[in-house]
Amino acid sequence: MSADLATYNFAYLDEQTKRMIRRAILKAIAIPGYQVPFASREMPMPYGWGTGGVQVTASIIGPDDVLKVIDQGADDTTNAVSIRAFFQKVADVAVTTHTKDATIIQTRHRIPEQKLTEGQVLVYQVPIPEPLRFLEPRETETRKMHALEEYGLMHVKLYEDIAINGRISKTYAYPVKVDGRYVMDPSPTPKFDNPKMHMSDALQLFGAGREKRIYAVPPHTEVVSLDFEDYPFEIQTFEQDCALCGAHGVYLDEVVLDDKGGRMFVCSDTDHCEDRREHGHVGAMLAQDSVKGQEAAE
Amino acid sequence: MTDTPLLKVSGVSKFYGSRIGCKDVNFELWPGEVLAIVGESGSGKTTLLNCLSTRLMPTAGSVEYRMRDGNFRDLYHMSEAERRFLMRTDWGFVHQNPADGLRMTVSAGANVGERLMAVGDRHYGKIRETATDWLGRVEISADRIDDQPRAFSGGMRQRLQIARNLVTGPRLVFMDEPTGGLDVSVQARLLDLVRGLVNDLGLAAIVVTHDLAVARLLSHRMIVMKDGHVIEHGLTDRVLDDPREPYTQLLVSSILQV
Ligand SMILES: Nc1ncnc2c1ncn2[C@@H]1O[C@H](COP(=O)(O)OP(=O)(O)O)[C@@H](O)[C@H]1O
Ligand SMILES: [Mg+2]
Ligand SMILES: [Zn+2]
Repeated sequence: MSADLATYNFAYLDEQTKRMIRRAILKAIAIPGYQVPFASREMPMPYGWGTGGVQVTASIIGPDDVLKVIDQGADDTTNAVSIRAFFQKVADVAVTTHTKDATIIQTRHRIPEQKLTEGQVLVYQVPIPEPLRFLEPRETETRKMHALEEYGLMHVKLYEDIAINGRISKTYAYPVKVDGRYVMDPSPTPKFDNPKMHMSDALQLFGAGREKRIYAVPPHTEVVSLDFEDYPFEIQTFEQDCALCGAHGVYLDEVVLDDKGGRMFVCSDTDHCEDRREHGHVGAMLAQDSVKGQEAAE
Repeated sequence: MTDTPLLKVSGVSKFYGSRIGCKDVNFELWPGEVLAIVGESGSGKTTLLNCLSTRLMPTAGSVEYRMRDGNFRDLYHMSEAERRFLMRTDWGFVHQNPADGLRMTVSAGANVGERLMAVGDRHYGKIRETATDWLGRVEISADRIDDQPRAFSGGMRQRLQIARNLVTGPRLVFMDEPTGGLDVSVQARLLDLVRGLVNDLGLAAIVVTHDLAVARLLSHRMIVMKDGHVIEHGLTDRVLDDPREPYTQLLVSSILQV
């Protein structure tokens, strides 16, 4: 495989394709939240594996970049590992799991807990870019609705959610309005992360491979989650702290421990969790373990 | 009714290739007035209605509408954004088949509330209150508010479509065979309801129907079409009781025989 890939251009895509994608990215940055069509290429991985994000990353990455890839917040899932390995091979770039060391972070589902900074680029892998698709399947009509800023339908969807569930139950891909103009699907990130998109210091780029769309949120741009006056937008809250690092107010994943109903909640952002533990923070589960360990030693 | 028309239609023609859809139609519509467009199938009623409501671009002619500010605007020279705004605020369009005018997969409440949300209402409780009120006005019980129209009978769907259109307080409503697909007994109830609403709200309406009984019950004036042309035009009672054109006489006599 490496021998085959060695014959490819830097970062896999040929320069002409990269120029085309960069033009789409520039246009996307100029019109925050607007979905720019682009000629999506075949990538050596199936759709659903983040081919849109990979093409965006391939078009902006340079030899001096440091790449981090996460999937559901973790650096070590199959998807994240293979995309990271891909860029190591085709671009020979440095990779990292540390959010603060990365210049480009490609993600599926999460925004790192660590606040992103100026100069960093967050690249989202997007399956379905069109937030209006659910209620209006016709592409010609959704384009018109965006052009004419006819977004009543988004609230119909939220209305329906409240009517059925008594509250806005949508927890991910929660629609936002960007820069007071375009309604955007923030990809399948949990709504917990929506506030991090607002006025971010980092550049946020979204790539949808199968749907052939690129969109962007430039740094310091307003990103407002849609809601009703009497049902305001709220992020998920977690009663527990991370069982491993004790972090509070972060997004937690539930981990099943045994078949007797044992479970724990841990940081979904694995780098954040490890970093905290390295700095001496201990969650309830680890504290218990160390007490047990001491007892056994005595 | 005031002394200024709401709609001025001049020389409207629509050709489908060389086939005539409708030809050189002229009339004025006053606020609060109900106009029926009658004629047999294929006579051009739907084509004309779609031209008037800007769902279709005519081949020639103009339609001017008096906006809420009192100024007349030529509909075909408005921007698409302005036209679409007009269509979902100051106008209504009731389709013969309710499925064409409803969102079948969202609740009755959301169907009625959609226009309110489209014009910027952002208070769920108030939207729901207004939707409940409108369901009541079209005789749909409040406990059906969270049901989808898929679960409704044809008559209920049609009443829901009407509520969805009237919620923004439009001044003009277009209806294409509003009772067309319904059983006779259901038709009568719907016609009574429409007549009541039109009177109460002082709505102007243009109603397409092939059924002269519908025209008799709802309209003040009527237009008779044949082969795309308006062949007779006058007060409804006059046209139905004393038709001048032989073709209208035929139409009227054929209904009277039924
Ligand atoms: N989309 C179309 N393309 C071609 N001809 C059409 C189209 N729509 C209607 N027509 C023709 O225009 C004439 C008027 O049709 P229509 O307006 O539907 O009449 P009505 O509503 O009175 O039944 C008919 O001859 C019909 O066949
Ligand atoms: Mg017709
Ligand atoms: Zn943790």
